[in-house]
Amino acid sequence: MAIWLSRSRKIAHFLNPKIAYFLQPEDFSYKIHVNYVNSSSFRTLSGENFRSPHAFLDNSATVSALQRRCRRPESTRAGEQVETRYSDDDYEDENQAMDFPGGRVSFTHEMKFISEAADKRIPCYRVLSDDGYLIAGSRFEQVDKETAVKMYKSMVTLQIMDNIFYEAQRQGRISFYLTSTGEEAINIAAAAALTSDDVILPQYREPGILLWRGFTLQEFANQCFGNNADYGKGKQMPIHYGSNKHNFFTISSPIATQLPQAAGVAYSLKMDKKEACVVAFTGDGGTKQFRSDGVVVKGQAYGIRSIRVDGNDALAVYSTIRAAREMVIHEQKPVLVEALSYRVGHHSTSDDSTKYRPVDEIEHWKTARSPLARFRKWVHKNGWWTDDEESELRGSIRKQLLNAIQVAEKTEKPQLAEMFSDVYDNLPSNLHEQEKSLRETIKRHRQDYPTDVPL
Amino acid sequence: MLQAIGVASPSVSFSDHYNKFSVSSIRSFPVIRSDSRLISVSGSVHGSFKPKKVIAKATATQTESSASAASKPGHELLLFEALREGLEEEMDRDPRVCVFGEDVGHYGGSYKVTKGLAEKYGDLRVLDTPIAENSFTGMGVGAAMTGLRPVIEGMNMGFLLLAFNQISDNCGMLHYTSGGQFTIPTVIRGPGGVGRQLGAEHSQRLESYFQSIPGIQLVACSTVYNAKGLMKAAIRSENPVVLFEHVLLYNLKERIPDEEYVLSLEEAEMVRPGEHITILTYSRMRYHVMQAAKTLVNKGYDPEVIDIRSLKPFDLYTIGNSVKKTHRVLIVEECMRTGGIGASLTAAINENFHDYLDAPIVCLSSQDVPTPYAGTLEEWTVVQPAQIVAAVEQLCLIHISSYTHSLAFPTMTSSSNWRRKLFDLSMKYSVQTRLLVLNFYVKKRKNLGCLRVSEAENLGSSWKVGHYEKFLDRVDVGRDRRISDESWLEVECY
Repeated sequence: MAIWLSRSRKIAHFLNPKIAYFLQPEDFSYKIHVNYVNSSSFRTLSGENFRSPHAFLDNSATVSALQRRCRRPESTRAGEQVETRYSDDDYEDENQAMDFPGGRVSFTHEMKFISEAADKRIPCYRVLSDDGYLIAGSRFEQVDKETAVKMYKSMVTLQIMDNIFYEAQRQGRISFYLTSTGEEAINIAAAAALTSDDVILPQYREPGILLWRGFTLQEFANQCFGNNADYGKGKQMPIHYGSNKHNFFTISSPIATQLPQAAGVAYSLKMDKKEACVVAFTGDGGTKQFRSDGVVVKGQAYGIRSIRVDGNDALAVYSTIRAAREMVIHEQKPVLVEALSYRVGHHSTSDDSTKYRPVDEIEHWKTARSPLARFRKWVHKNGWWTDDEESELRGSIRKQLLNAIQVAEKTEKPQLAEMFSDVYDNLPSNLHEQEKSLRETIKRHRQDYPTDVPL
Repeated sequence: MLQAIGVASPSVSFSDHYNKFSVSSIRSFPVIRSDSRLISVSGSVHGSFKPKKVIAKATATQTESSASAASKPGHELLLFEALREGLEEEMDRDPRVCVFGEDVGHYGGSYKVTKGLAEKYGDLRVLDTPIAENSFTGMGVGAAMTGLRPVIEGMNMGFLLLAFNQISDNCGMLHYTSGGQFTIPTVIRGPGGVGRQLGAEHSQRLESYFQSIPGIQLVACSTVYNAKGLMKAAIRSENPVVLFEHVLLYNLKERIPDEEYVLSLEEAEMVRPGEHITILTYSRMRYHVMQAAKTLVNKGYDPEVIDIRSLKPFDLYTIGNSVKKTHRVLIVEECMRTGGIGASLTAAINENFHDYLDAPIVCLSSQDVPTPYAGTLEEWTVVQPAQIVAAVEQLCLIHISSYTHSLAFPTMTSSSNWRRKLFDLSMKYSVQTRLLVLNFYVKKRKNLGCLRVSEAENLGSSWKVGHYEKFLDRVDVGRDRRISDESWLEVECY
């Protein structure tokens, strides 16, 4: 059971291969409608031709499909739904169609190439306007005051944390940093929509999820400074957080390595029959390098349900992830969520993005399209947040962060033995020897060895 | 008694059984003293010292006659069945073990290693994957990080190159970079090595490429017995293990015990103890080495054959003990010359046991070429027994210039017109060194047609020309190999 969240600049992807629930058709009483690839028949968000978030398979199709093929193994049953969906064709005549894996394929005497781009791009689901007003007629999952305030506070914390750590890197206090500026809504709203049992496989721009789950500012600082309180024991770069108790897999730098692993986690959750899903994140680097209409259209190419959502709209992201999670867990199928957003900051502290994009574009998205501003307006309008609370929060977070940095800086680094630990479960003889040899070298050249690493 | 060699504790010493030469026989072993190069002298030169005990069995494992098969303990099966048995036992024992791979489920595995498992455990636990090695290897990593113990099968090891990133960066590193929070107890297995005309891309030796990855262990199975034991050990290990099987070994048949056994992932296997030379090998080359060993034994050599099994880390304990005993090492591998397992092993032995080596380590490997498709060419890309025999014989020629202990230059009268150099070897070599390598220098002398052998105690015993020529087969007489009646050698015995 997996959700894959992918951003174009952020997109979400859900992966979930289990099918057991299809054997109780009486649970499912919704109708679904087929979406053909070249269709320009998308109407409004609540229109007929969309697969609404809580749709499941039509009863009869399910039952008949399963009866026909009940002896096929479990793992191929997912494919059956595709077949049944396409079975109600206009061309029932044998000569006009051919059975092919995936359904009946009808013939045509017209040579027609499918256009490389649809007439209209897939529209983007949004609930809040730029001014923070709810768009009339929008369907979304209601967020109560407590959650909304927590969400907003987390977004602010994330933003300030990014600013301060970025500055710390610029001052030379940490070696590297990567901000999530502009993507706070995706981080926090997605985290809020999930439970703590859901496993996260991040790319590297999702620390907000850890923040939501209770990772403290001190723990963030420890990892960035690589001191001995870091759970990774200083063995990874800054921002490569990982915490098994928060169900947040350790970040690995190369792009998209976590996507196949998400399938494995989903497999594991399926074996354990857990009421949980896995969410894998990736950005444009992992998905959007090509000329398609983003990655949302690729969902259908893979047989994966997909949706495009406004990634800077916290409410829309929240609703979408909630819905997707339900779908994924109950239908045991993957879902792809493309959250459109904008990376306001540079790629990392090693990047100067003004070299490849205009400065006013960055400014525009930073101010006019800021997800924080938009959400704040909505929360404010509901009377759930005041300006005083805002400044108080910002001051407090800032102080906590500066303190955390100071503490982290002073904390000892991991000791030398950690260099050789965790390569294997036990220290093998060759590493033992290498450690000995290193220690001897250090003893002989004490002055060349850093003083803040305990031996 | 040699059947015991396959057992799980290869540290059992067999040297006591094979103390072939008594002290007295050592002392009458001819020592030829001379000049530049040393040559091997085997026991076969001496009619009376045929080392019968050593040659008793050239091969280690025995195939029993079918008549007595029924009464023997254990059961007979093929290597792929043994792998399956091991896998099945582990799947019964631990419900977290699962299998991913192409065609492992319904088809039962392309080499039948997983036959019947999908029917028994369901096709979720024995999962058929699409042809997407990077994806399903990554899937295995993710599943392992969440507590399962996947066994990932590559239909051919060569395909796993597509999963290199997942194996190297994630399998190998995530335990480390997460600070020990996540473990990756995966087993990645599959057939590799040069088969019968499978083509270059399907004849790869991936152990070369993987050996540098930190955090993983590499093992290679070679017999039915160790295949099952290593499979079980790999599954039980908390570290990611890559188990290399060989395409041509799946149909080996052997009798294995009924009782459960698990071998150690880090131990080498003593296949045939010996005294003269250590031959290190693994996987299919083990069989080529054993075939060569038969020939060598007939020629009077006594090779010690070790199947290293553990490719990462090397079992330097077993290997070291062997090197200390024999002082000569030959590595026979299927990897390519550059950057293979043999190359690393050569470096490791040189570093650790340099003082014990009497000769440079020789490594026989495949050439640095993609495996050709033509059968004849393919055969010659793999090390053959004849090459192994030649290499052993060659290795037993040593330069003794560095071992010179004392030089004596007695000169004869100018009329005799010869000169000899004496090298005192007895102080340098222990009685256990069977292959005494000697230099000698042949100078023509007019009137002597026999080999004068003078013993330390008895002077004057001599050999006939016939003995001399047979002896000289093994002797490098420098550039001039033509021996006439007028040449003679002075030989002294110790």
